[in-house]
Amino acid sequence: MELGSLLAGQSARVLSLESSGALQQRLMDMGLVKGAQVRFLYASPAGDPRAYLVRGAVIALRNRDAAQIEVIQAAPRPKGAKIRGQKNGT
Amino acid sequence: MALERQEKLNIAQRKHRGDWVVALAGNPNVGKSTVFNALTGLNQHTGNWPGKTVGCTQGRFVHGGTGFALVDIPGSYSLHAHSAEEEIARDYLLFGDVDMVVVVCDASCLERNMNLALQIIELEKPVVLCVNLLDEARKKHIRVDLPQLQAELGIPVVGMRARDGVGLPALKQALQTLANTAKPPTPRLPTYSPQVEHALAGIMEDLPAGLGSRRFIGLQILQGDLALLRKLDEALALSFPQPADATLQLHEEMQAAIAQGRFALAEQICARCVRHLNPKYLARQLHIDRFLTRRSTGLPVMLLLLALVLWLTIVGANYPSQLLSRALFALGDWLLVGLTRLHAPQWLCGLLVDGVYRVLAWVVSVMLPPMAIFFPLFTLLEDVGYLPRIAFNLDHVFARCNACGKQALTMCMGFGCNAAGVTACRIIDSKRERMIAILTNSLVPCNGRFPGLIAIISMFFAFGSGGMLSSAVSALLLCLAVLLCVGLTFLSSKLLSVTVLKGMPSSFVLEMPPFRRPQIGRVLVRSLLDRSLFVLGRAALVAAPAGLVIWLLGNVHLGGLSLLAHLSGFFDPLGRLLGMDGIILVAFILGFPANEIVIPLILMGYLASGSIVEMASLGALKALLLANGWTGTTALCTLAFMLLHWPCSTTLLTIKKETGSLSWTALAALLPTALGAVLCAGIAALSRLLG
Repeated sequence: MELGSLLAGQSARVLSLESSGALQQRLMDMGLVKGAQVRFLYASPAGDPRAYLVRGAVIALRNRDAAQIEVIQAAPRPKGAKIRGQKNGT
Repeated sequence: MALERQEKLNIAQRKHRGDWVVALAGNPNVGKSTVFNALTGLNQHTGNWPGKTVGCTQGRFVHGGTGFALVDIPGSYSLHAHSAEEEIARDYLLFGDVDMVVVVCDASCLERNMNLALQIIELEKPVVLCVNLLDEARKKHIRVDLPQLQAELGIPVVGMRARDGVGLPALKQALQTLANTAKPPTPRLPTYSPQVEHALAGIMEDLPAGLGSRRFIGLQILQGDLALLRKLDEALALSFPQPADATLQLHEEMQAAIAQGRFALAEQICARCVRHLNPKYLARQLHIDRFLTRRSTGLPVMLLLLALVLWLTIVGANYPSQLLSRALFALGDWLLVGLTRLHAPQWLCGLLVDGVYRVLAWVVSVMLPPMAIFFPLFTLLEDVGYLPRIAFNLDHVFARCNACGKQALTMCMGFGCNAAGVTACRIIDSKRERMIAILTNSLVPCNGRFPGLIAIISMFFAFGSGGMLSSAVSALLLCLAVLLCVGLTFLSSKLLSVTVLKGMPSSFVLEMPPFRRPQIGRVLVRSLLDRSLFVLGRAALVAAPAGLVIWLLGNVHLGGLSLLAHLSGFFDPLGRLLGMDGIILVAFILGFPANEIVIPLILMGYLASGSIVEMASLGALKALLLANGWTGTTALCTLAFMLLHWPCSTTLLTIKKETGSLSWTALAALLPTALGAVLCAGIAALSRLLG
């Protein structure tokens, strides 16, 4: 699914980046590489851009750019379970 | 090997030959400038990087008898050059005269920061990692095991709370230890997938020996960094072989593989050294952010804040402006007395005091107080971290105009001073979008225009004579005028983007930093000093000569009329077409150096006095204007033209400096003027039609 399809609070793992060029490099600089964890936090009043949690930082992306990031939704964690290295923050 | 070009990058000014050059690098928003200021104190200065419009700050400090020249590299997320700043960071670290690098990281966000740190480690220069903002991390219950981190990375690691000065001695000590060590410790270099390593080995074979950072250069070549290749060719007068099967796709695959490898290492290291004891550490900030960006609350909060800042600026500056102008004008009288005692000729007294000094005094007294309020307020908002939220909220509208959300910030800056707003456009990466922001910046009124706008609104459009109601109505009407300008900014941006500045919108990746307690003291001092110096400098450079010219125009008579009167007569037909008159139009023209003097120039014209005049009260001013034929239409057109006319001289000069092009500067002058002229002519025509 696309990154932009995540609902508020949902986490996912990056599968691939369909973007190219400067955008791809920019996204990778921010930590959005294959296997990275992403969580959708909130959207702007117009619904575009949207803010995501990536490696402990909040990054805003336009929907058009987020559409080029393929993600797979993380399986919901059982309540109370601790996962090593998990940095969800919310 | 030809190293002449390297000379150009030896920008660090070593006070003494034995000084070590330390580059300070890091992601944006990690408190790098706090570290810089803490290390160098007042012993610093800012210039520009050679050939670029990017600020370069350098400083110096001494520790244990060793001098260190500190160079502040622009904040960047990686050494890939996306913007002018990242290009400078990469080029200077690679080709410059750098002895050591300090990478400043945010303890709460170490994994992402590690990306840049690892790249810099790959440069194979002595590096010190500075983990800053430990106090914020502690509040979020994030614990960083510094000794473990040092063991993992193989470079010195210093923990820091730069705002409180904690960790600075340790940092200085670490740098001195590095300086005294003949052979610095070998850090752990990231390794990549076998495919990457194999390709890298092949390229490194072809690189000349004795070249520092061979691994880093090899990696850049693998990723197809053509710009870097060209620079290497120039710097070393050698030509590098391109990989045989170089294709764009291959390069991008390499980029992805290398980024993955680096982040995999970052994750590994952070898993061992960083512990998050509270998984919900972002909850409070998210709560605030959701409030600030929800449709029902986000925009009203923004508008309210803007109104508040403008209101505080206007109200707060009113009294000091009056005081200052009274004091300076009294000083002027004293100056006149002094000159007369020196038996200076009458015309010289007039020229110097009534002409040059009076304009200077007026500009300073009108401009200094509002700027001394607006810019500290704005900088406080910036320090707190609110500004990216504005860009976030407004990006959609700007994206529809094929511009960038960051233009919202430069536009806000323009409310303080259009020249400052133009300089602020450097935050926009894309050249096309930066140009749009620069060209439309003058469409919003700056501090210099507010007094005139308020005067006209209060005199002609606010009802409820004097008192609270009248000033509330004035404030409301001013807000409406401002909103009109913002709307025109959107329209003009759209227009420019479909005509002379066509292009696809660039990618917009904006970091929303955590809210931080602003360093109020530091902000106030720095902001006040910067702004005051700017205003005084501008007054001297621009207003004083203008005063000279204005005095000459007012006092040199030709055929019974002053030159000013001749000019006004000449421009009268055009002025009337625009709903104003010749005197008003000439006042705008002569107000080119500084918008503050437009209203006084109007008075000067009507009173046929030899110098600019200040009116005792708004009531007297209104009476004078009415006596000279002002109607509601005249006031409306003057108001419109005050909002939309050519940028002031300082702004145009700044635009020329930032764009390096005369034609773009000309367009920047033409755009608001054309809009203003059309609007005024329209209002005038409509008014004539309606009788």
